[in-house]
Amino acid sequence: MLVSIFSAAAFLAILTLILAAALLFAEHRILNYGPCTLDINDGGKTLVVTGGSSLLSSLAEKDVFIPSACGGRGSCAYCKVRVLEGGGVIGPVEESYLSPEDLKNQVRLSCQVKVRQDIRLAIPEELFLAKRFRGFLERKRMLTYDIVELRIVLREPQRIEFAAGQYIQLESEEYAGHDAVMRAYSISSPPSDDGHVEVIIRKIPEGICTTWVFDHLQEGREIFFSGPYGDFQLTETKAPAVFIAGGSGMAPIWSILREMLQRGDKRQAMYFFSGRTKDDLFFTEELFALEKELPDFRYIPCLTREPEDSDWKGERGRIPKVLPRFIADAAGFEAYLCGSTSLIDACVAALKQAGINESNIFYDKFE
Amino acid sequence: METFADLTSLGSVVLIFISAAFTDNILLTRFLGMCSVLGVSKKVDPSMGLGAAVIFVTTCTAGLNHLVHAYLLAPLGLEYLRLITFIVVIAAFVQFVEMVVERVSEGLYNALGIFLPLITVNCAILGVSLFMLGTPYSLLQTLAYGAGAGTGWAFAITVIGGIREKVNEQALPRGLAGPGITLIIIGIMSLAFVGFSGMIRV
Ligand SMILES: Cc1cc2nc3c(=O)[nH]c(=O)nc-3n(C[C@H](O)[C@H](O)[C@H](O)COP(=O)(O)OP(=O)(O)OC[C@H]3O[C@@H](n4cnc5c(N)ncnc54)[C@H](O)[C@@H]3O)c2cc1C
Repeated sequence: MLVSIFSAAAFLAILTLILAAALLFAEHRILNYGPCTLDINDGGKTLVVTGGSSLLSSLAEKDVFIPSACGGRGSCAYCKVRVLEGGGVIGPVEESYLSPEDLKNQVRLSCQVKVRQDIRLAIPEELFLAKRFRGFLERKRMLTYDIVELRIVLREPQRIEFAAGQYIQLESEEYAGHDAVMRAYSISSPPSDDGHVEVIIRKIPEGICTTWVFDHLQEGREIFFSGPYGDFQLTETKAPAVFIAGGSGMAPIWSILREMLQRGDKRQAMYFFSGRTKDDLFFTEELFALEKELPDFRYIPCLTREPEDSDWKGERGRIPKVLPRFIADAAGFEAYLCGSTSLIDACVAALKQAGINESNIFYDKFE
Repeated sequence: METFADLTSLGSVVLIFISAAFTDNILLTRFLGMCSVLGVSKKVDPSMGLGAAVIFVTTCTAGLNHLVHAYLLAPLGLEYLRLITFIVVIAAFVQFVEMVVERVSEGLYNALGIFLPLITVNCAILGVSLFMLGTPYSLLQTLAYGAGAGTGWAFAITVIGGIREKVNEQALPRGLAGPGITLIIIGIMSLAFVGFSGMIRV
């Protein structure tokens, strides 16, 4: 009896080991594409990688970090790049994420393109500046009942160079049956504090990354992220600016405003912040203090659900309603919006009605 | 088995192929490989793709497993391990084929790529490897049996795909759309296949 159990186990173990070894060997021999050259932006940068892995991971190996939220499974469609030559056939997973316009522009999902030969591709220059950072969580504090601020001290590299308004991709760890994921969070600290990165995160019920941040991430823990990414930033003009945000949309604007203060930016600026009740407001004292520190700045929190009988003396009502009373004619203004799609869409409509030039509207949608 | 005794070996090979494909159709008389049929048989094209892949894999794995059985399991007296051994062999073989296809033809890989992993868990493949043990086939006969069973399966899923393409599922009661109507189609087809039974005795 024991002997037969033992021989069965031994047989199966040996069989699977042999087959696994044979498969590994075959993979090494068959799927070995040798060194392949990645020519980025017409000779702007040339990388030699070992073929066989995805374009996304081959690039990451060489420290070119394409944003990706799903970790290369082909479900977030963030990792789009233009593949001009050598990308091979478009697979079924990829197909569903590529619009007709993408197809025309030779856009591909870099996580689904396998490096089998030399590839010519084009990626935005700014992605060369993105790096992967290792740091530690120095501080975690609640700003409101559902918004937390993380302050990360950088270890490797020790400094980050970014423009106020840009975002990072934070990597969550595996927990309770959830895979590690990457999610975008705008940097809320000013660029001058280049040894740290702060982010402001709002809790999403059942959200994979936010639940990790709120319930599992503790001060002192090691954190990884890549960045900076994005083109949401203040223009170089002198045009008056109107900022609009709700919830964690505060983050990039909080960075931009502090940057304006440090640079002595003199442009006129107004900041409409949307919340339901007073409990949704944060950085209120700091923002009202900025009214005195910046030459021409106004902070206008707008509450939609504040009880009638409370002591709130500020604006009540949605931003699209409040805004025209402050800006009757928006022509000549530049608008910077950040937050949920519904807030942004409603405010963009109101701004257009007030006569803003559409090309002067900039926004980061958080969904 | 006495049926084969008086046949030349080539004749027996042809007969085995035909009987495996039609009289003993693995999908319509044994109801194996059902899950992939329910999943893939919406259209003819993917059905044929999957069918072709299945023919190839059943033929090869039947041969492989025949050898594994004859030269490993039987001499070692480990025949009771055949089920799990066959599963492992099939899985490894499919992985291997996937690699070769990926290297050799990217177009074929993209066409078959989604089907190959499906095949690993297709019980028709395992069924073929197990059923062939019921009769003392030679290697050649085993290959014929594998190819026949695969062809029968491919034939059945292609026909089902063709029928489902014609069926306007929108017009069906909601509970019947999808797997419901597919199972009914398969049921009616297997009734038709009862007509073949007994034509060839294997
Ligand atoms: C450029 C950019 C910048 C961003 N900056 C910030 C920031 O500074 N602070 C911040 O808190 N978030 C920011 N986000 C949103 C953030 O990246 C995540 O989408 C969000 O934190 C949810 O991640 P999760 O893993 O917890 O949820 P998931 O597990 O991804 O999602 C769970 C569910 O919540 C829904 N959901 C996802 N995001 C939102 C949302 N924002 N509001 C409502 N429902 C949602 C999803 O559809 C899904 O059904 C930014 C997004 C982008 C694209």
